[in-house]
Amino acid sequence: MSASPQALAGIGVVEFGSYAAGPHIGKMLANFGATVVHVESFARPDGFRMQYPPYKDRKPGINGGGCFAYFNDSKLGVALDLKNPLGLALAKKLSAWSDVVIENMRPGVIDRLGLGFDALKADHPGLIMLSTCNMGQTGPRADTPGFGSQLTALAGICGLTGERGGLPTVLYGPYIDFIASTLGAVAVLAALEQRRRTGTGAHIDISQYEAGLLFLAGPLLEYHLTGRIAERAGNDDPDAAPHGAYPCESDGWIALSCWSDKEFAALAVTIGRPEWRSDPRHATLPGRKSTAAAIDAGICAWTREREAVAAAELLQHAGVHAHAVNTMADLFTDPQLVARRHWRRRRHPVIGDHAYCGPAFQLSETPGDVIAAAPLLGADNDRVFREILGLSDSDYAAMREAGAFA
Amino acid sequence: MLKGILVLDCTGRLGWLAGRLLADLGADVTKFESPDAEIHTSDWRALNVNKRLLRLDWNEGEGQRELDRLATSADILLATFTPGTSEAAPFDYERLSAANPRLILVAITPFGLTGPKAGWIASDLELMAAGGAMSLAGETDGTPLRVSVPQSYSWAGAQAAVGALTALAARSRTGHGQCVDVSAQAATIVALSHAPAFVDVDGTTPTRAGPFMTGRSVKGARFRVFWPCRDGFLNFILYGGVAGRRTNTQLVAWMHECGAPLGPLAQIDFAKWDPTLATQADVDALEAPIAAFLSSITKRRFLEEAHRREMLGYPVSTVADIAGDPQLAARAFWQDVAAADGGLERHCGCFAIIDGERPSLVSRNDALTKAPRVAEVI
Repeated sequence: MSASPQALAGIGVVEFGSYAAGPHIGKMLANFGATVVHVESFARPDGFRMQYPPYKDRKPGINGGGCFAYFNDSKLGVALDLKNPLGLALAKKLSAWSDVVIENMRPGVIDRLGLGFDALKADHPGLIMLSTCNMGQTGPRADTPGFGSQLTALAGICGLTGERGGLPTVLYGPYIDFIASTLGAVAVLAALEQRRRTGTGAHIDISQYEAGLLFLAGPLLEYHLTGRIAERAGNDDPDAAPHGAYPCESDGWIALSCWSDKEFAALAVTIGRPEWRSDPRHATLPGRKSTAAAIDAGICAWTREREAVAAAELLQHAGVHAHAVNTMADLFTDPQLVARRHWRRRRHPVIGDHAYCGPAFQLSETPGDVIAAAPLLGADNDRVFREILGLSDSDYAAMREAGAFA
Repeated sequence: MLKGILVLDCTGRLGWLAGRLLADLGADVTKFESPDAEIHTSDWRALNVNKRLLRLDWNEGEGQRELDRLATSADILLATFTPGTSEAAPFDYERLSAANPRLILVAITPFGLTGPKAGWIASDLELMAAGGAMSLAGETDGTPLRVSVPQSYSWAGAQAAVGALTALAARSRTGHGQCVDVSAQAATIVALSHAPAFVDVDGTTPTRAGPFMTGRSVKGARFRVFWPCRDGFLNFILYGGVAGRRTNTQLVAWMHECGAPLGPLAQIDFAKWDPTLATQADVDALEAPIAAFLSSITKRRFLEEAHRREMLGYPVSTVADIAGDPQLAARAFWQDVAAADGGLERHCGCFAIIDGERPSLVSRNDALTKAPRVAEVI
C-alpha cells in the first residue's frame, strides 16, 4: 500500500453479492482503497468458494478456493445470517455505515430480505445502491435466472466467435459478467461524484445483457441502419491482410496483422520473402485478400521455425503488428506484465502465497494495489462489527449467541 | 450524474468507448477529430454518439495550441497514442498539468506507458493474443481465435472510464489531477474470468475447448454447448446440481408435451443424475433425443419457453435477434437519435437505468449533429 491515501480511501462499500458480477465491482474499488465488506453466511457461502475450481490441493474447501480468492482480494469478509432478525438488523446498520451497497441477487430477492433500496434509503438518504442481474430489474423476462456464460450467447458474442460457417464458440467463464461489472464500477463512481456535489444518492439498475451489447454497439447500429447481420469470420478483419494466428515452435502461436501496403512490405522482408513486394497481386488490400492462402502458407513456413516470442520481437522491430498468443501460464512471465507488476503475490492463510490480478490502469499519484489476500469466511466479523460499527463487547456476544453470525 | 464534468476526447478506436460511457452518465464530452478523419462508419457513430464534435488537428501547431487552451478548463482529457513517438507529444502530462493542475489525463495505450513493450504496436488481434483471450477460444487443437468484432478496444475503453472516475474521486480530496495509465493488454485480462488462477493455485493451464464444455465429468465426458435449431443455434448444457435438475426435468417435460421421442431420457431421474460420473457414451445417448427435439425449435420459441419454465439456456443471438428482443424494448434500451442527414438512427442507450429512468441520448446527440457546423474552428 502506498504512503499517500489511496484514491477511494474513506469510501465504504457493502456487497450482498456472490459469484462474479457483484463482487468484481467491489474488487476494483477495493484495489484503490475503498473499504469493501463482502457479506456471506455459513449457511449460504459465496458459490465461488465451493462450486468452482481451482482449489488448494485440489480439494474443495470453504476457504481454499482460488476462484473466490481471485475476485475478493483486498476486502473484509463477514458472516451474517440475513434470515436471523438480529443479523438483518446488523446488515441494515452496515448499509447505513456504507456509501455504496452492491447486490446481484435475482430481482425482488433483496426487497424480500428487507434490504431493498427503498427500505435502506429511509435511514440513509444519500445511499448509492447498484443492482445487477441477467436482464435488469424490469421487463417481461426480469426474473430469468441465468449464468453469464450462457448470457454471452444471448448477447451475440458467442455467435460472433468461431470459424466462418462453423459452430459458435464458447468464451471462457461468464465473459459478459465482467463487462457488466466494469460498467457497473463506472456507474458507482459517477454516482459518488454526483453525491459529492448534490448530496443525492442513486439506485443503479444494471442489466448484464444490455451492458454486453455496448461491446457490439457498432454492428448493432449497422444492422439498424442497413439490415446487415454481422457474422463470425475466424480471425479475418475487413481492413487488414494478412490478419491471423500462425503456428510456431514449441506449440506456440503468433498473432500478426498488416494494415497498410508499407507494413506488408516490411513483413515480406522480415520473413525472407522480399519478392512479395514486387508482386502486383500483393500491392493492395483486396489483392492480398485474394491471395490469402499463399501468403498465409508463406508466413507459416517462417513462423513454424521460430519461437512465438522471438518472432514477435523481430516483427515489431520491423514495424509490423505482432504478438505471441499468450497462454494462461505465459501471462505470468510476459516481461511487460512482470515489469508493470500486474500480478501481486499475497499470503492467504489457507492457499498460501499466490498471485492476485492487479488493476488494468495505474494512477500516478494514488496508485492501486492488492491490499490483502481474500478473506476467510467470516474472518473480519470482529473488526467490522466491533471496530467499524462500534458494537459493545456484550452486544457482540449476545448477537453471536443469538445466531446472527451463523 | 456527471453533469458539469468537462471531457476532451482525443482518442482513436482504442479509446472511443471511454468517452461514450462518461457522456451517457451526463459528462460534457467533446470528441476531437482531424479534419480528414472518417466519421461515418457505424463503429464511429455508435461509440461517439452523445459527444460534441470538434474538427482539429492536435498534431500541428495551431491545433495543439487550441487543445492546450481547452485543456486549461477541462476536467478529463482522454488520449490514445504510441508512447515514445511524436504522437505522444501533445499529451505530455507535465506540460498539461502545469497549466491546469486539476486536469486528469487518461492515456490509453496498447501496453501501458512503461515497460519493455510500451512502444509496441497492436490492433485488436494482437491485444486479444497478448491478453490471453485467444488462447481460450477455438477448437482444442485448432487455431486460437479472437471474437470477430473487436473486444479489446472496449475492454480498454471501459477500464479507462473507471480510471478517469477513480482519479476524479481522488481529486475531490486532494484538489489535484493525475495521469491515468491504462494498458489495453491488462484490460483484456479482465475478460478471462478466473482462468489465470489455475496456473498459480493448481499448476494447470486452461485452454480452448471448442464448442463443448469439459472438466465436469471425472470420466472425461464432454457436454454439448451449442445445438443446431430451426433457425440457428441454441446454448444449452446438461448441468448437474439444483439448477441443472430443474432445467433437465423441464426440458424432458416440454419434449413429452410435444410428443417428441425421449429415448433414454425417459428412464433418467434427474434428481439423482450426476454429470460428474457420466461417460461419453452416457452423454451421447442422452444428448441424441435432445438434439433431435431442439432442431425443430426456433430461437424465439426456446427463449420464451425457457423463461416460462425457468430453465437455464439461451439462444445464440444474431444482431437481428437482439434488435427484436421484447425485453430490450420494454426497458427502452434502444434510443432513436437524429442523424446528420435528418433521419433517425437507432443506438444502444445508456448502459444503466438510474432511479428508474434510462438517461437519454437525444439531447446530447443534438450537439453532435450541430457541432461540425458551429465548431469547425481550425
